[in-house]
Amino acid sequence: MIRSELIQKIADENPHLYQRDVERIVNTIFEEIIEAMSRGDRVELRGFGAFSVKKRNARAGRNPRTGESVAVEEKHVPFFKTGKLLRDRLNGK
Amino acid sequence: MSEKTLTRMDLSEAVFREVGLSRNESAQLVESVLDHISDSLAGGESVKISSFGTFGIRDKAARIGRNPKTGEEVPIQPRRVLTFRPSHLMKDRVANGNKQK
Repeated sequence: MIRSELIQKIADENPHLYQRDVERIVNTIFEEIIEAMSRGDRVELRGFGAFSVKKRNARAGRNPRTGESVAVEEKHVPFFKTGKLLRDRLNGK
Repeated sequence: MSEKTLTRMDLSEAVFREVGLSRNESAQLVESVLDHISDSLAGGESVKISSFGTFGIRDKAARIGRNPKTGEEVPIQPRRVLTFRPSHLMKDRVANGNKQK
């Protein structure tokens, strides 16, 4: 399923809403999650999962081609942990 | 980092602010979105949200695990796990937003 198919499913279930509003609704949800993580916040959606930010420490990396040592700065990466209910559903429980 | 935790309520509040729907209906729509993603994944289909990320499914083979406390061997059944791969856009925004804090 891709974003447009998700929007279509929600639109089909809500015939009283304009398609463009459904698009805004779906986009707002994803945008809000990204914005939260950009501030360093977590988004916890019980039963579904939790989005959080993990810190990767600075380290000495190596250019795999030349073998040259390069400094890699500390950085923050997005992380998703599956919720228990969804994990169980994936396994037919 | 502010390290607040947002919930469904914050997402429906954002929908409420963005579109002129009731709080109740906004909350239901947030739930519908999560339900459709979950249903798709439970049905074995991956979910790809452009500029957000991809939820995919991986099949893990059976293996012998060990209870770390007792050292006892326990069989781990084959299972399905969910993987989330963030889009480049999400990675960049999260990296930039959390720089040098």
